[in-house]
Amino acid sequence: MRKNLDVISAYSIMIGLIILVGFLQSWSMALSILCLCLISAVMTMGANIQWGYAGLINFGIMGYTALGGLAAVLVSVPPVQEAWQAGGFNMILCAFLIAFMVFSIRFILKKYSKSKNRNYGIGAIIIVGLILLRLISAPAIESIEAVDPATTGFLGGMGLPILFSWIVGAFFAGALAYIIGKIALGLRADYLAIATLLISEIVISVIKHEDWLARGVKNVIGLKRPVPYEVDLQSKQWFINLVEKFNQSTLNLITNTLERQEALKQLVIESSTVFVKLCFAGLFTVVVIILLIITQKALYSPWGRMMRAIRDNEEAANAMGKNVVKQHLLIFVLGSAIVGIAGAMMVTYDGLFTPGSYRPMRYTFLIWVMVIVGGSGNNFGAILGGFAVWFLWVEAAPIALFMINFFTSGLEETNAFRIHLVNSIPYFRFLMMGIGLLLIMRYRPKGILPEKIKRI
Amino acid sequence: MDFLNAIVLLLNYLFVPALSYGSQLAMGAIFVSLIYGILRFAYFTAGDLMSFGTMFTILFTWYFQSLGINLGFLPTALLAIPFGIIITILYVLLKDKLVFSYYRTQKSPPVMLAMVSIGTMFVTQAIVRIVIGPFDRRFFDGEKFILKANEFKEMTGLNEGLTIKSTQAITLVVTVIVVSILFWFLNKTKTGKSMRAYSDNEDLALLSGIDPKKVVMITWIIAAILATIGGALYGLDKSFKPFTYFNNMLPIFAAAIVGGIGNPFGAFLGGYVIAFSEILLTYAYKKFFVYLLPENLEPDGLLQLLSTDYKFAVSFSILVIVLLFRPSGIFKGKVL
Repeated sequence: MRKNLDVISAYSIMIGLIILVGFLQSWSMALSILCLCLISAVMTMGANIQWGYAGLINFGIMGYTALGGLAAVLVSVPPVQEAWQAGGFNMILCAFLIAFMVFSIRFILKKYSKSKNRNYGIGAIIIVGLILLRLISAPAIESIEAVDPATTGFLGGMGLPILFSWIVGAFFAGALAYIIGKIALGLRADYLAIATLLISEIVISVIKHEDWLARGVKNVIGLKRPVPYEVDLQSKQWFINLVEKFNQSTLNLITNTLERQEALKQLVIESSTVFVKLCFAGLFTVVVIILLIITQKALYSPWGRMMRAIRDNEEAANAMGKNVVKQHLLIFVLGSAIVGIAGAMMVTYDGLFTPGSYRPMRYTFLIWVMVIVGGSGNNFGAILGGFAVWFLWVEAAPIALFMINFFTSGLEETNAFRIHLVNSIPYFRFLMMGIGLLLIMRYRPKGILPEKIKRI
Repeated sequence: MDFLNAIVLLLNYLFVPALSYGSQLAMGAIFVSLIYGILRFAYFTAGDLMSFGTMFTILFTWYFQSLGINLGFLPTALLAIPFGIIITILYVLLKDKLVFSYYRTQKSPPVMLAMVSIGTMFVTQAIVRIVIGPFDRRFFDGEKFILKANEFKEMTGLNEGLTIKSTQAITLVVTVIVVSILFWFLNKTKTGKSMRAYSDNEDLALLSGIDPKKVVMITWIIAAILATIGGALYGLDKSFKPFTYFNNMLPIFAAAIVGGIGNPFGAFLGGYVIAFSEILLTYAYKKFFVYLLPENLEPDGLLQLLSTDYKFAVSFSILVIVLLFRPSGIFKGKVL
């Protein structure tokens, strides 16, 4: 018990802070912070697997998150029949064409030795393939996007429950990571960071501009939820009874029946949002706990020891007969898949998919701040980092407002400087993140909860 | 005549914009490359340092405008750039003293420094947004065009006009001056040579009595100068918006890597490679071929290789291709 004291105290403080938000601001607010903290925790666990276990820098988190979100759309939205009739055949043809191109290139690479002719052959296949793709897909895309562009204009998805997308998102992200890993994993650390960052931008721009896939910047809204809707809850008798039971004491104070009815109605509306968020939080907690158990098991297994050996001394690990390249690729795919789950979870929670909102600041750099602050190589640390940083990110505005009012209390309310500062409150969160990261890197470079290595 | 029209068309829509955009990228790429070569880490604050310098240029421009000082047909910003540079230099030196020098003395791995530069990126971004706000700002004044399309048409009697904005001309002139001074400095002066020596082989350079503190300081000063000039030129040509500047970090990195990171000359050319390929691949060639081909062969489509939405994606794809086939960049930088 004693050796886990730091973990327990850190988590108690965190939970305490969220409960404090519940009392001071509102429970709905506290629960949405909790939900996003949990999602961030999943993302940091993915990044932590790559960085903490294997020392790989992945700045492409944004790309995997977006792919996870795309999976949520493709799984849960019902298929758009007219669009499939208009251009479905051509799009399937294109998919086959791409597969054919990939296999023929692989065939050539295997069959022929390195030569100029081989390169020309591959180049020819790519160019001819691209021209064919363009010719086949262009009219199809046009007709798909013409199908009722205000509401659909895309192929739609499979119409399955959205929870499936959490797994599909993991597969999508893993597949992308496999391709990126094949291209870029041989590079040196900071070079890999830049390459992954840029590749994730390519992914985002494809999702943004291929309207036939997921409507692009026109956004997909109204995704189905795995939890009940507020409106349905408000009319359910059992829920009203539950709310009545919980608020017995306050309701009993009101004697007038009509007023009591009104108050109850108000309470039901408020509690319905809280209840929905509680359901989400429960689902997310299950995911976090499952992932935590798996990652902890993996960390202390022989495989985890091998990963640490590779991270700390690649050459030595290689000399011991460990396949460094293969293991790097494996862990790159696994970590990215976890990030993909988080991306799908996030879209599920929001109920909408907005490709325009995927920006590197929020989805790559902030996640990295979480990993570094929390403690790389320690899963509890990574989760804590996700919680603490997201909490600060949301609560930065009220804190900044308080600080500004405190420090400028000598100035008048109408002072131009004070008004300017108050107007720029939203940007103080960047300042806090930056200074927080710099302080942690300087004085506690291993994070709040540093990595612990069990000696055997 | 049609042939000339086609050439002017390409010049107007392809060559001139790409040249000025490329120059702005090249400025950024050179200093990223220099920092990579000498301080040995990927400097993620690049885009935001440019916006920091531009911000102070804008503030000084406003100040001069309020005083009634201007440069006639030239933009007032040109007068403000030196003051912006001075403040940016002070800022980077302060940052180095407070943040980066500690990790240098600790001999931290480059990854650590790159992470630290993400921290300074957050801070710089916050400062810019708190001081000037996140909005789109134009600070160009003075004569807008050197050559207007109509004048050109009258002068030559062609159907196609050629427009040269004065910002484009200024960009080119300033780039030529700054870059030639920089390369003269790096290749001919003693300090410049010592910087190159330090970049090539740190231990050997230290043995031969090169002062690392001086080298590092000069590197930061050059970075601040290039960042402010490049940023201000970009802002004059288009507009100043902190978010766009942050995003420009990505093509800048692409340019630096394509040119061979750690090699300033490669980075300079890399900027143009990125700019030209972005514009060449997303331009609609329909009009060009309408001029060149006989009427019965005229094309139906736009003849656009990629939609303009993919502008950024093009430069990153080039980067991926370069990484695959020539990991050290086109012009042989450091092997990574």
